[in-house]
Amino acid sequence: MDKVQDNRAWFLIIPVFLIVAFSAVVPLMTVVNYSVQEIFGPGQTFFVGTEWFEAVLKDDRLHDALVRQIIYSLAVLAIEIPLGILIALGMPGGRSAKTSLTLVLLALPLLIPFNVVGTIWQIFGRGDIGLLGATFRAIGIDYNYTNNSAHAWVTVLVMDVWHWTSLVALLCYAGLQSIPPAFYQAAKIDGASKWAVFRYIQLPKMRGVLIIAVLLRFMDSFMIYTEPFVLTGGGPGNSTTFLSQYLTQMAVGQFDIGKAAAFSIVYFLIVLLFSFIFYTIITRTGEGEKK
Amino acid sequence: MDMDWMAWTAPTAIFFLCIALMLAGMTVWEVVSPTVEAKGFLPMRTTRGDRLFIGLLGSAFIHLGWLAATDASLWGASAVSLIWVALVIRFG
Repeated sequence: MDKVQDNRAWFLIIPVFLIVAFSAVVPLMTVVNYSVQEIFGPGQTFFVGTEWFEAVLKDDRLHDALVRQIIYSLAVLAIEIPLGILIALGMPGGRSAKTSLTLVLLALPLLIPFNVVGTIWQIFGRGDIGLLGATFRAIGIDYNYTNNSAHAWVTVLVMDVWHWTSLVALLCYAGLQSIPPAFYQAAKIDGASKWAVFRYIQLPKMRGVLIIAVLLRFMDSFMIYTEPFVLTGGGPGNSTTFLSQYLTQMAVGQFDIGKAAAFSIVYFLIVLLFSFIFYTIITRTGEGEKK
Repeated sequence: MDMDWMAWTAPTAIFFLCIALMLAGMTVWEVVSPTVEAKGFLPMRTTRGDRLFIGLLGSAFIHLGWLAATDASLWGASAVSLIWVALVIRFG
């Protein structure tokens, strides 16, 4: 029988197309327009060509913020992905009260608004009234995230791990639950070790959710703003000033709209490049094994 | 409709027109001759659309690199980008 061609389904994507156009494409086009102009106010714009891009690309503070941002995002991935997998592997399976309790406990940090997370850790880390700060002082460590860059970095990183590892764990848990018991039975018959079960059954079956987890965590951490802003304000000095905070200072603090627009485009291209590289690596890994 | 808020300029309008024409052209090309995944000098198998995306993303970074490294005219970066896109689409 001949295959029937029906192109009416294309009409079904019109709502999505319109939403994406109004929420992403048109604003992005506007940012591109702003990036080549000096903006003084509505209707008061002057074409400056690539001047803002040159200024942004030769800005040492931006270079420093970019390096900090890349190190931060890689550290977040290096900690949260393995830790999330480990937690998921240790979680109870099946339908039981223990499973439900674990899922609720894991979901709790995800429900807390970003600025509240920053505030919680700001108080938690204080030496005088915070549990973490006071504990460190009690054991003789002079911990102070407000005037020590290393302490500020570790605190921001640990805060992110506390806030978002649950997401990775829950995604991996969903991936693990989708593996049919027959796979484990076959592995048991073959006398496979725990590592072999993980490497050849669990990890390949989690590939889909891991792609989502790595991309989400990379993009989120690369665009992090609220938590470090509330916790350290970007300090001490500029040691925890990441790209979005620097961008906000430029756009809102200095009202330098043209330069901020150029910065936004560079920022967007970097996120796009890294996401494409991660996506390509993860989706192509294991293709050879399938063939 | 008042489009003043988008602050259009002639160069950016031409830029977006080129992108739109490119996408329309690729759509027509796809309908006339559907793409087949192929392996060229890029480290993975790609479709025609993948190669266009890689070509355009690469071109954006060529322009940014040019601006960061030299004060020479940006047309030089555009020429290098055209060669890059052609190479990626043909041999990528």
